Amino acid sequence: MDPRQSNAADNAIVVRNLQKSYKDFKVLHGIDITVRRGSILALLGPNGAGKTTTIRILSTLLPPDGGEAQVNGFDVVNQACDVRSSIGLTGQFAAVDEYLTGEENLLMLGRLYRLSQADTRRRTRELLEQFDLVDAARRPVRTYSGGMKRRLDLAMSLIAAPPIIFLDEPTTGLDPRSRLSMWNLIKELARGGATILLTTQYMDEADFLADWIVVIDEGKVIAEGDANSLKSRVGADHVDLTISADSNFALAQQAVDGVQFQANPEQRILTIAANDGVTTLRNILRRLDEAQIEIEGLNMRRPTLDDVFLFLTDNGSHEHAKEIN
Amino acid sequence: MTEITLRSPLQPDRLLAPIQPERRSEMYWLISDSWIMAKRSTMHIIRSMDQVLSLILFPIMFMLLNRYVLGGAIDTGEVSYANFLFAGILIQSLAFGANYTTINLAVDMKEGIVDRFRSLPMSGSALVIGHIAADLVRNVISGIIIIVAGFAVGFRPNASLVEWLYVIGLSLLFTLSISWLSAILGLIVKSLEAAQWAGFVLIFPLTFVSSAFVPTETMPRAIRTFAENQPITHTINAIRAWLVGTPLEDSALLSVVWSIALIVIAVPITNWLFRRHSTQ
Ligand SMILES: Nc1ncnc2c1ncn2[C@@H]1O[C@H](COP(=O)(O)OP(=O)(O)O)[C@@H](O)[C@H]1O
Ligand SMILES: [Mg+2]
Repeated sequence: MDPRQSNAADNAIVVRNLQKSYKDFKVLHGIDITVRRGSILALLGPNGAGKTTTIRILSTLLPPDGGEAQVNGFDVVNQACDVRSSIGLTGQFAAVDEYLTGEENLLMLGRLYRLSQADTRRRTRELLEQFDLVDAARRPVRTYSGGMKRRLDLAMSLIAAPPIIFLDEPTTGLDPRSRLSMWNLIKELARGGATILLTTQYMDEADFLADWIVVIDEGKVIAEGDANSLKSRVGADHVDLTISADSNFALAQQAVDGVQFQANPEQRILTIAANDGVTTLRNILRRLDEAQIEIEGLNMRRPTLDDVFLFLTDNGSHEHAKEIN
Repeated sequence: MTEITLRSPLQPDRLLAPIQPERRSEMYWLISDSWIMAKRSTMHIIRSMDQVLSLILFPIMFMLLNRYVLGGAIDTGEVSYANFLFAGILIQSLAFGANYTTINLAVDMKEGIVDRFRSLPMSGSALVIGHIAADLVRNVISGIIIIVAGFAVGFRPNASLVEWLYVIGLSLLFTLSISWLSAILGLIVKSLEAAQWAGFVLIFPLTFVSSAFVPTETMPRAIRTFAENQPITHTINAIRAWLVGTPLEDSALLSVVWSIALIVIAVPITNWLFRRHSTQ
């Protein structure tokens, strides 16, 4: 369901026309995001798109230059303290104290979150258990493995059971197995009722985790929707054409000019959105034939989020809205 | 190799059941947060080998070098060199100790943990206060080591109990002011190396161009003028006067005024820097 159409009371996070510049360099050009309570929203974008900046503003670490943002009903500028009590933040890099033990880290955070002594101790015990850190609880964190630090980091942001959780690129740098584990953890947290805003560079991650995906590039929202609607926007089937090494790849690109396509010169692949199915395909093949381009292989497939992303962000690809006929 | 997989699945309902925060006054939380941060910074000192070593070795080394290498060649008049030297070594060690405020703060600012603190409902100034409190603890320990070392090399004070209390009070006030100044440096420097350098480049000359190790009368005019009017000299002269009976003059008063003035200037600057640091 489209979060933009929901009741104000159902929204955990509302961002309107958010702007931010670093000195003269404009990083966010008016971002709008709405996150429904209890849902997972993925902010999907390439490196430098402004994901971390957005998260930092929403977690009160950075003041915005313009627009407004409410988290749990509180304004991030004027009610920063209430926002902070409502959120758990897990940044791109583990924010743990290396000299303290895992247990000391959790005890420290609990009190800083304004939990009572008793709640702090209870939560510390629970989280150490839940995140398999009981054996390591009394060891300084600098002796922990990378995975243990990540678990502790996550546990620390959960100590006060915040209703809203920010995860900035939670799986960047993880091996495939750990990545899957992290995905399951995130799903579990959402099942427990948490609202989760996560950022990612990976389409499959957004596809797997998110109820709603907001695609941003260069500080602008370029598309949003659930995974299926985003995929269907790119058109119907995709055709990957492998151009023979004997033919000129640049000529092939010229030949299909006017069609929505993406070029991958290294692998000599042209990916074409076959909006009119076989008709498009026939047209393309005819044009390539006329240009005397040889085709080595042809593969027809459903679009993936990668295609969505590449078509939307113009990343080394060509976007042509026109269709041929 | 990172390992995220849990042995048993999460229990999200239990994990995320809302918890009521404790209701207390702002003041309660400021003190509680500062106390937590001070404990944290103290742990950093205790658990880092080089800080423990420098805390113990540095003052002893300086005491021995000055006393036995330079001491014979320095004429301190009626006061024995061991008696003269003590106040200098004490204040120099405290000043060098404060460099760890710069270093530890600079390290913190570089790591993600400060962002985490800033995303919490905690008091903004608690982190800096914690570092400064830990510095005070370290310097108390340092002071005790220096006293013991001093007695070992022939330091024989004739101070009364009240004079000892003056010495302790003035040393703590001095430590506090120099720690706040170091906190400013810690928030300005961009790297750990710069933090170490800043300390040496500032503290070494300041403690040398003072009455710490030699009487200022032998220095060239310009240097002497500087040495006799800077806060480290006032502090050393006051402590020396109380301990071994050199002339007090107005050194104690000047030292107190300097320290308080530095604190009054440094506190708002650190607060401002701390807030600014993270908003860019
Ligand atoms: N402190 C900063 N000063 C100047 N530019 C910055 C700063 N932080 C980020 N940027 C720039 O802002 C843009 C967005 O950065 P960021 O929000 O970190 O992107 P993402 O997290 O999507 O990779 C990038 O071009 C980055 O170089
Ligand atoms: Mg980022």
